[in-house]
Amino acid sequence: MTAPVGDLEVRLLLEAIYDRYHYDFRSYAMASLKRRLAQACDQLNVATLSGLQEKVLHEPESFSTLLQFLTVQVSDMFRDPEFFAALRTRVLPVLATYPSFKLWVAGCSAGEEAYSLAILLQEEGLLDRSLIYATDINAQALRLAAAGVYEIARLRTFTENHRRSGGKSSLSDYYHASGESAIMDSALRRKITFSDHSLATDNVFSEVHLVTCRNVLIYFDSTLQNRALRLFDDSLVSSGFLGLGSKESLRFTESASSFEEVSRLERIYRKKSGLA
Amino acid sequence: MSRIELVVIGGSAGAIEALRQILGELPGEFPAAVAVVVHLPADSPSLLPEIFERPDGPRMKFAEDKEPIEAGTIYFATPDYHLLIEANRTFALSQIDRVHFSRPAIDVLFETAAEAYGERLLGIVLSGANADGAAGLAAVAEAGGITAVQSLESSEMIAMPAAALQAAPDSIELNLSSLAKFLRAHGEPDVG
Repeated sequence: MTAPVGDLEVRLLLEAIYDRYHYDFRSYAMASLKRRLAQACDQLNVATLSGLQEKVLHEPESFSTLLQFLTVQVSDMFRDPEFFAALRTRVLPVLATYPSFKLWVAGCSAGEEAYSLAILLQEEGLLDRSLIYATDINAQALRLAAAGVYEIARLRTFTENHRRSGGKSSLSDYYHASGESAIMDSALRRKITFSDHSLATDNVFSEVHLVTCRNVLIYFDSTLQNRALRLFDDSLVSSGFLGLGSKESLRFTESASSFEEVSRLERIYRKKSGLA
Repeated sequence: MSRIELVVIGGSAGAIEALRQILGELPGEFPAAVAVVVHLPADSPSLLPEIFERPDGPRMKFAEDKEPIEAGTIYFATPDYHLLIEANRTFALSQIDRVHFSRPAIDVLFETAAEAYGERLLGIVLSGANADGAAGLAAVAEAGGITAVQSLESSEMIAMPAAALQAAPDSIELNLSSLAKFLRAHGEPDVG
């Protein structure tokens, strides 16, 4: 059987990455992680995970290639339009009762969701009162996010999603086209703070009213899922909101009893108040 | 106790009809779990479990992330996500790259299932239009599991079962009614 050797190699590689680069993938969901590591081996032209370990330890530039495999970046603006429609009708009216409020997009990738939220807030007349934190562990993705530049070819999907989310304006009001790129409006960019934050190793950094963390938790094992959810719980104000990915839920987590469902299908939850 | 604890089934074009026949004969207290991947467009409505549900049949549902795999339940992969199985026999979802242009991909389910279940696994490849499932079925065989394919004569599209048969040549080739019986038999004690 080769499997135990493979498992040992994965464990050693993840320890090496953590020690050398301080990225902690040790509590990621293994089945999916192993497949991505196998892809990385192909891409970096090494036969085994031990070979991959040697390469990333001795050729630091190869680590940034590996990191792109280890962080799954599938996102679109207004992805799952029903989620944004539910935020508009169920969550923003509550946030509007605060003099000012903060949002946290945890695992923001290249910023698609953060800009979507900024546009949503602008449409509801709430952007001036809000602040959006958007965090990720992938520095390359964060740079793209802060620049707010997307391939123009993606805008067709973004625009259709925005329309289906109940968008009250035209998405084209929020970007300008330049060659093959769409550049997001600087007024939106100013409302979003992009920064490095790891759900695996970092702690609470601000008190927020809404956390969205969509299609991130599926890549974590149960232990790390529970850690991330505790972090969200600790970050949220009393009765604050949590939005997850359309196939994610709190059902198999330790936080199931700390939140109540606001919108079951759209995976929007609200922190229970007054409980220890 | 039956040797088989999990049955994985994959298919694409022509597989819905095949599944209707195979799953239609499973008893409500089937003693293994079943996980099914059928290629569907990413935006297709989520109706798979419902179309196979019977009042006297086993429980049918979409597999959820971190859900423990339970005998007597038929799990379906949700559109646009790969369905994987972890070593601790829970499901995991993932949006990593398409395999054979497909997400969910049969290979991803079968290969991770083979690692978690070894010889306690039965893999079945049904009618379909591409080679997804072939590498997966080979992984099931290599881990000591049992492998079967829908017979080419009874398959609406033969590319998928033919590729699977080539990759896992020891697979049993069965038409749909035999496949249904074969599966049912694996739910009985001391088979396999």
